[in-house]
Amino acid sequence: MGEAKPVLDVRDVHVHLQRRLVLSGVRFQIQAGEFVGLIGPNGAGKTTLLKTILGLLTPAQGQILMDNRPIRRGNPAIGYVPQKVHLDPDIPLRGRDFVALGLDGVRWGVPLPRRSRRERVQQALASVRALAYADAPVGRLSGGELQRLQIAQALVGEPRLLLVDEPLSNLDIRNTHEVVRLLRYLARERGVAILLVAHDLNPLLSALDKVVYLARGRSMAGRADEVMTSESLSRLYGYPVEVMRVQGRIVVVGSPDVHVVPPDATAYTSLQDWEVTTP
Amino acid sequence: MMDLATFVHSPFWHSPQVWNALYITTSAGVASAVVGVFIVMRGQSFAGHILTDVGATGASASFLVSINAWYGFLSFGLLAGAGMEVLGKRASGRDSATGLVLTFFMGLGALFLFLDTRVSNTADVTMSVLFGSVFTVDPNTTPWLIGTSVAILLLFAALYRPLLTCSIDAEWAQARGIPVRFIGLLFMLAFVVAAEDSALAMGALLSTAFLIGPAAAGVRLSHRMGTAIGVSALLATIAAWLGIGLAYASYNWPPAGRGYPCSFLVAGIIFLEYLLACMTIRWRAHIRGLGGKRCV
Repeated sequence: MGEAKPVLDVRDVHVHLQRRLVLSGVRFQIQAGEFVGLIGPNGAGKTTLLKTILGLLTPAQGQILMDNRPIRRGNPAIGYVPQKVHLDPDIPLRGRDFVALGLDGVRWGVPLPRRSRRERVQQALASVRALAYADAPVGRLSGGELQRLQIAQALVGEPRLLLVDEPLSNLDIRNTHEVVRLLRYLARERGVAILLVAHDLNPLLSALDKVVYLARGRSMAGRADEVMTSESLSRLYGYPVEVMRVQGRIVVVGSPDVHVVPPDATAYTSLQDWEVTTP
Repeated sequence: MMDLATFVHSPFWHSPQVWNALYITTSAGVASAVVGVFIVMRGQSFAGHILTDVGATGASASFLVSINAWYGFLSFGLLAGAGMEVLGKRASGRDSATGLVLTFFMGLGALFLFLDTRVSNTADVTMSVLFGSVFTVDPNTTPWLIGTSVAILLLFAALYRPLLTCSIDAEWAQARGIPVRFIGLLFMLAFVVAAEDSALAMGALLSTAFLIGPAAAGVRLSHRMGTAIGVSALLATIAAWLGIGLAYASYNWPPAGRGYPCSFLVAGIIFLEYLLACMTIRWRAHIRGLGGKRCV
């Protein structure tokens, strides 16, 4: 680790939220083209970490470097895919307008119709294979379709780092696999560093290059087979937990989150997500 | 059937009150229609009611101190807008608190209206504050209304992209470096001015017709932001002109003598426009359904 120059370097980050120490010593690096999963039980601080990387929260201690410079809010080299966008079903935007906002949604004024702008949007749509519904109103798309558009929207600015917040929690199994495959492709072929937040490691296991496991505000980073062992997770949790492999799935027994919080009641979820096993 | 010559030479076009009414309703309508598209998108229709209800209290007070009603609407509207901005998140979960503050202001409005009738001895004040009386609006206000409308349109042209980004997801916008709070503040300012301009033209209770109606039809008719805004502004203009024309003509309608209130006619036309928009969508979906294409 660390031979190459990392795209993202998280150095011993501590973050307070309303006087509570949520992150206490998170450290890991992401190289260009690496597909990294940020895994951890609910309440472990995954979202807090993401917000800190985006510059929305300031660490009390430690620092985060992007390309060797301290991160700042609004860095165009970071693409961000929020967990869920609540779109009015009647919102007068087509898929391609939605994606175009990722390109220049920050700028003042009304967009001018330029060929280069149109082409970049078209390319982003093609790279997530969303051309079929590029002209449909976004408010009427399915969760999987919208998820792809969100990824295209983050990609169109050609980021070096892509932060994807819980993309799988709203998707069924088939869409989950497709999104994971798409993200892995983007990391491999485009060299984009990807940090994907998930509470369940299992659907990602074969695709990830690295796992950052977050628990009790601290992190453990490495290959999945290094991190996901009873020994290393027990050290992270500070009390004995057991990592078991059941029918090809990794199960952490004894973590505080064993009975998983039921997924969002409004979202369609696969039976899998209801198992007792999450992290 | 009226022929073209009689239409062109109708005294309608030579009445200064009519022109004044046309200017006022058109500028208030177009500004509201443009702001309205974002209001509908951001789900803030209810805020429009609050702004104009509180504005009505200001307008009733303005008659007591005999200043222009528009100043009353605007000053109290700005107060309400500032209140919503400051309390914003804290108030959002507290319907009862919002309702009580609103009721207090409307109670105050009732007191002012009561005092108005004592002072000026005209019962028309209540009518004009709550339901508008566009033919009797002080012509000195007209340049202000046109000016504020143009200012709103320019502001929206400048804010267009970041405002759209904020309206979709505020946190995402913030992460991308957009000054979300500042944009929200400017939007609220435009919202207040558009709402109070509409309140002056249509009356406090019917101003939402302009704020929500054309925009709701616009966003349903189009999948593109620009078109939705254009359609919305067009529908508002049609409603304004047709409404005033009918109100003018209605002096000859039964039950003879007094004519029909302009705001009723405009609001009615906007409602019809909305129904027509819904029918168009269903019809379009039907056609596309037969063609085997994706439905709206």
